[in-house]
Amino acid sequence: MSLLQVDKLNIKYGDDAVVRNLSFAVEAGESVGLVGESGSGKTQTALAILGLLPGGAKVAGAIRFADNDILGAGDKALDEFRAVRMAMVFQDPLLALNPFFSVGSQMRRILIAHDIATGEAADGRVIDLLQRVGLPDAERQFHAYPHQLSGGMRQRVMIASALVAEPDLLIADEPTTALDVTVQAQILELLEDIRDETALLLITHDLGIVAGRCERMLVLEKGELVESGRTAAVFSGPQHRHTQALIAAAPRLDRGAMLAPVAGADVFEIKDAAVSYEERGYGQLNAVQQLSVAVKEGETVAIVGESGSGKSSLVRAALGLVPLRAGRVIFSGTVLGNTVQSRSAAVRRGLQLVFQDPVGSLNPQMRVQAIIAEQLLVHEPDLSREDRLAQVTEMLDKVGLDETILTRYPHELSGGQAQRVAIARALILRPKVLVCDEAVAALDGSVRKQILELLLQVQRNSGLSILFITHDLAVVRSISHRVLVMYLGRLVELATSETLFSRAMHPYTRALLKAVPVPDPTAAGGYASLAGEVPSILTPPPGCAFHPRCAQVKNICTTTRPSTRDVEGVTVACHRAEELLPAG
Amino acid sequence: MSALGRAWRRARQNRVVVISGGLLAALVVVALVGPLLSPHSYLQTDFENILAAPSFADFHLFGTDDLGRDLFVRTLLGVQVTILVALVASAVSLVIGVLYGAIAGFAGGRVDAVMMRFVDTLYALPFIFFVILLMVAFERNFFLIFVAIGAVNWLDMARIVRGQTLSLREREFVQAAQLTGVSFSRIILRHIAPNLVGVVIVYVTLTIPQAILVESFLSFLGLGIQEPQTSLGALVDAGVNQMEGASWVLLVPASLLALVLLSFNFLGDALRDVFDSRQSR
Repeated sequence: MSLLQVDKLNIKYGDDAVVRNLSFAVEAGESVGLVGESGSGKTQTALAILGLLPGGAKVAGAIRFADNDILGAGDKALDEFRAVRMAMVFQDPLLALNPFFSVGSQMRRILIAHDIATGEAADGRVIDLLQRVGLPDAERQFHAYPHQLSGGMRQRVMIASALVAEPDLLIADEPTTALDVTVQAQILELLEDIRDETALLLITHDLGIVAGRCERMLVLEKGELVESGRTAAVFSGPQHRHTQALIAAAPRLDRGAMLAPVAGADVFEIKDAAVSYEERGYGQLNAVQQLSVAVKEGETVAIVGESGSGKSSLVRAALGLVPLRAGRVIFSGTVLGNTVQSRSAAVRRGLQLVFQDPVGSLNPQMRVQAIIAEQLLVHEPDLSREDRLAQVTEMLDKVGLDETILTRYPHELSGGQAQRVAIARALILRPKVLVCDEAVAALDGSVRKQILELLLQVQRNSGLSILFITHDLAVVRSISHRVLVMYLGRLVELATSETLFSRAMHPYTRALLKAVPVPDPTAAGGYASLAGEVPSILTPPPGCAFHPRCAQVKNICTTTRPSTRDVEGVTVACHRAEELLPAG
Repeated sequence: MSALGRAWRRARQNRVVVISGGLLAALVVVALVGPLLSPHSYLQTDFENILAAPSFADFHLFGTDDLGRDLFVRTLLGVQVTILVALVASAVSLVIGVLYGAIAGFAGGRVDAVMMRFVDTLYALPFIFFVILLMVAFERNFFLIFVAIGAVNWLDMARIVRGQTLSLREREFVQAAQLTGVSFSRIILRHIAPNLVGVVIVYVTLTIPQAILVESFLSFLGLGIQEPQTSLGALVDAGVNQMEGASWVLLVPASLLALVLLSFNFLGDALRDVFDSRQSR
């Protein structure tokens, strides 16, 4: 008998079936990955297993947990299982933890509510567990409130509270999606460590996570199970075309062609830029310091950094949405004004932006046609209505959309369509530089790949320069000529893609590269995770900002900030760059 | 389908919206058509029938008042005037409030600070007292009542709209428009205002009963609508004096006033659900 048995599960909202005829089992102590893109029904399945589906859901089929019927059970009966025998870890720990109670007392309540332990025994158990999940100074953190912990620490607490009653099954729904890549690696390692205690159902869109962690995997597409099997077997010989597409679309750090560097004149240059904000009670927050980067004609430069690295501040300053405290921005040879209002129409026209959230960047009250045509209205007011429409249609065709989309509203578009519309809006003015701010981060893997290919194609055809901001190194490998890595507002390393991905110089860059999960169970190595988390930018460490997490740290790193210098054609900020130079 | 189109579809499926909206529409139609069908006019006094009880015989459906005027006609006239005052006052507060709030919120910085401190200052004035003084000092007329009530209500509207605009300004589609150089007025009219519609419609339906109450309150004090014109508030005021002998003189306008107020309140509440509902189904 399996620990968890899902049999012909169907979930419907009104007439929309979100899960169809889903059957699978999880054995005791097993780890199973549930993989699918957004809307594939994976979270709905998890909620159904826990009996947490909202009232409007129509459920059919059977879910049995340790031979108990879950679907038919009332809330009271379910309370016997939830938290005690099966527990869940959610995507966003800040939403899942109660801000009103200290983390220790929330965990203790589970023990008390289920008569597992009380008083000091309960406290002791909670502290033990907090230590197990790697919370430093657990006795003190017992009394901390969720907002006092960092994202990674919160997720550790979340996992600890899921484990506190020693459940037989742990369901983790995208447990690392909200986290930085180096922290993600830590959490995945933690999930690995607790494997001997519980069975794990890991829900994710990221094949790399499943490849390294799960014994078996299930692939969902639009609510239907399309493939299941041992992870290694599925990866080596995917049967269903959806699985094949997913694996093909997963970005790989370890293979694939890279773009050769381009030669040409600088079109867009950021020189010695500094951005700072006044933070009440803290004084000055230095989001970006002494950062220089130039983009050549027809070149893509990727700016990579974790949260707090200052990459968004840099972009906003370059575009004139926030003022530069120092430095300047040069576009086609002219120094630009500090605010977008002070820039000429030609500059605004030549410098366009694509945002992260494709739907949020389109006015919900305007049709696609009007959204794109507005650019022409502003910059080419003399065009006739017909000419405008013709240009819009032609542009839509270039980004792979047809005319039927013209009269739609943004909410009627899929994420990929909306991002294509946003790209069409940016490109219709034939800009010289396109800034993409996390432009594919909100998209599913297969759509992401298409959008990246679209950008590449546009660049090949028109010589567009692209500044591509992202937190995900894997995304930029195939599309960028050069990569700039940022950490706490400063440049860490700037190199051509070929150099950076094959022999990164800076320890941080190397750690980032290692932290990215590889969607291949046979890939050698595995992730050596980087200890600690990104410090608060309000209180950056002295010396080299990266030194508290650096494996190669030396005395000088703790006291003196490394200068940014050129070492063998790579711009790097590390005292030990020469010593650490990789062979070859 | 546009966001408004979707809201309209959801509104039609919402029972409370249909019932309260339908009731209000029916009431307006009756108030407009009813007096035309009655043989009496709102001015005509009938000394034979002073304080007559409701009856079908003389078409005094709601009876008569202490001057023998037909209450059916006068009450319907009162409904007309009350709703008119409320609509005009709300429209005044809508136009001023939305423009003021949107400009303050979008311009931000010092402009916003100065504009909103002005609102705060107006808030600090005891407005009912202020309105009463206005009424006493000048001739009482319709126009003044509209202005007075609108002047109270636009402050709330301006604050709400400013708050919404502040968050809209950070939305990416507004930033996209700014970056490419869309003009200030076009951003306000094309990007900000249409996205305020939901909030504004809800808020207006909730300010209408407020305006009705202020008007009724002024009329009840004898400061509002002037005889022989009348409003529900003025009728209630007159009815209070006849409460003991002829209760219908009070009960008819008072119940209609309650009905109108309840309908608007329910409508506003239900519209909030319609516009706020995150569910797309």
